[in-house]
Amino acid sequence: MLHSPVDRVAEATPHAIAKRFRGLSDRSLAWLFVAPSIVLLLAVNIFPLIWTIRLSFTNFRVNRPNAEVEFVGLKNYISILSDKDIWLTMQATAHFLIWTLVLQVLIGFSLAYLINKKFRGNDLWTTIIVLPMMLSPAVVGNFWTFLYQPQIGLFNYAIGFLTGADPSSFSMIGDVALAPWAIVIVDTWMWTPFVMLICLAGLRSIPDSIYEAAECDRASKWRQFWTITIPLVLPFLMLAVLFRGIENFKMFDLVVQLTGGGPGSITELTSINLKREAFEKWRTGYASAYAVILFVTVFGLASIYVKALNKVKER
Amino acid sequence: MTIRHVRSLAAFGAVLAAGVAGTSQASAKDLTLCWAAWDPANALVELSKDFEAKSGVKMKFEFVPWPNFADRMLNELNSGGKLCDLMIGDSQWIGGAAENGQYVKLNDFFDKEGIKMDDFIPATVVGYAEWPKNSPNYWALPAFGDVIGWSYRKDWFARPELQTEFKKKYGRDLAVPKTFAELKDIAEFFQKREIDGKTVYGAGIYTERGSEGITMGAMDVLYSFGFQYENPDKPYELDGFVNSAKAVQGLEFYKQLYDCCTPPGHSDAYMSEDIDAYKSGQVALHMNFAFTWPGINADANVGGDKSGYFPNPAGPDGVAFAQLGGQGISVVSASEKKDDALAYIKWFAQPEVQQKWWQMGGYSALRKVVEDPGFATSQPYAQTFLDSMAIVKDFWAEPAYASLLQATQKRFHDYVVAGQGSAQDALDGLAKDWTQIFDDEGKY
Repeated sequence: MLHSPVDRVAEATPHAIAKRFRGLSDRSLAWLFVAPSIVLLLAVNIFPLIWTIRLSFTNFRVNRPNAEVEFVGLKNYISILSDKDIWLTMQATAHFLIWTLVLQVLIGFSLAYLINKKFRGNDLWTTIIVLPMMLSPAVVGNFWTFLYQPQIGLFNYAIGFLTGADPSSFSMIGDVALAPWAIVIVDTWMWTPFVMLICLAGLRSIPDSIYEAAECDRASKWRQFWTITIPLVLPFLMLAVLFRGIENFKMFDLVVQLTGGGPGSITELTSINLKREAFEKWRTGYASAYAVILFVTVFGLASIYVKALNKVKER
Repeated sequence: MTIRHVRSLAAFGAVLAAGVAGTSQASAKDLTLCWAAWDPANALVELSKDFEAKSGVKMKFEFVPWPNFADRMLNELNSGGKLCDLMIGDSQWIGGAAENGQYVKLNDFFDKEGIKMDDFIPATVVGYAEWPKNSPNYWALPAFGDVIGWSYRKDWFARPELQTEFKKKYGRDLAVPKTFAELKDIAEFFQKREIDGKTVYGAGIYTERGSEGITMGAMDVLYSFGFQYENPDKPYELDGFVNSAKAVQGLEFYKQLYDCCTPPGHSDAYMSEDIDAYKSGQVALHMNFAFTWPGINADANVGGDKSGYFPNPAGPDGVAFAQLGGQGISVVSASEKKDDALAYIKWFAQPEVQQKWWQMGGYSALRKVVEDPGFATSQPYAQTFLDSMAIVKDFWAEPAYASLLQATQKRFHDYVVAGQGSAQDALDGLAKDWTQIFDDEGKY
């Protein structure tokens, strides 16, 4: 009599196949099962990475199939790291990254804190708040160019209405001083709901009994917030920062649609600059070195951050 | 396996083989033409129906909007893709496409079919077909002549009260400008003026950052002010030519024009943004490629007698040049349907097809069409097209053109729109960038 599904599968397996696998150890079987995934991973991730690293030491250009490919050593890396313009794109990326993270954490956590309170229409408001993150970044970038339009844009109109300034007297995406903030505002509008949702999950994971115990100890709301809520939500918050940090380090589509990297190069983030080198100037070897530098940077920073996150979780 | 099984298998195989043969025959009888998504492309779809009827070849089209056109199509050419059999590629691609074997050389085909390049406007042959430039090596047939010029609100210029006010202020009639200085006066005159209860602005100019916009716009002014790409006597010697005092003046002028006279938010404008600004009645005049003129002429708001057209005015030394646009049609080397593609070019080169092309809104580059006595008066913009085509210059068409273009975009936008540094800094930097690129190309 067959008792379990495993027994039934074993019974149903043709004898010839069963015989072929009979001598395999558990370890061999495990390898057999994960092998397709490993092969796929090697083909899709590891091979391109190794190939990119190889190309980064050459002068290869994909649009010059007949040109001789020369090994140039560290020339591409030295050239990139000593290029003033690339450091400016790094600065633009850092500005974007830091301010979007600060604003999204502050606003996202505040919204989550409010939404976590029980009130009428709670679910409706949650749905409305998360709508922006469901849109395509390219679409968001495109329609914000209309909102920022000095003559007909709602954003300019609202600022004009609130401050009394002429709406057409400033251009959010055409002014060097305002454009870096224009992209921060749009990214914050779009992705704060994501941070909010993660914080909300954190807030809802805190057992009520902890707050009840604090109430018994006559802890004030302020103290409860700093000694219970914040420490217990912190791992979630840090996770949100990790996700958003990695995403915004690679930010491309939204900013390209909004400003195209301009005015001048003031909002040219590293990924936009990299795309120009790789697919407009076709400097494949140089762009590969650039991509490797960015990869090492984001991987290094993320690794340090994950260690810190693990320490916070262990506390 | 029984005999019956074998028979049915054989029958299935025969049906399958017939199907495959049918499919391959069908696919051999179609051609894909790649071009930008714009009005002339729609006209070409209509025009090509005649080719389909005569040849039995079904035409397919792959049109990509201008801002993404180069990215998409150069990717296709560089990867050896077989999507396009025919490519109406930008004039600056010709060097790279020829040297990297992406286009089929057409000399033998032209000789065999009796297609003579002398029959086409000389500037379009040099600009769209030849590589190296000024050598009889042809990689394309001039397909669409285009050039930057200006359109203006003729109805506003004709208003007596504006005429009077302008004359009082500038001491001359409000008329088509003869120099860029006059053009700036006109643009300043209209800037933030109330016309029919609406605030209007001076001029729509090219300021786009991402692809080629600001370069195409600023170069019009720079050429007319005395900018030169290189030492005419020593190729690739750039210092003192790219960043000459006259070139610096030209770039300063373009920035002044941007600062004084463009509509708010005009910091990333190219063909479509400029035409939108003009058609919506926001600006008194605007620069754009000639392909926009048929659309303006037919427009309900600004068309007919409301608009006029003029070529680039002169710079301080009295000389005027215009940035060449337009494209040639080439056969893609990776295509497996080269014979049909060549048949299309043969059909397209016929004078009667070229005549029809012009009537449908395509700018023919065939001399027989444009030198016809009735051509200049056939459309309100036809004479301006001829005048502009007579003064064209083009950007580098070297294989490294993309790097040269991106460096220019960055330097010009940094200065003109972002206001960083001076015009001298921008052009000194540009000369340095270009020298480095040519050095990498082994030109020194």
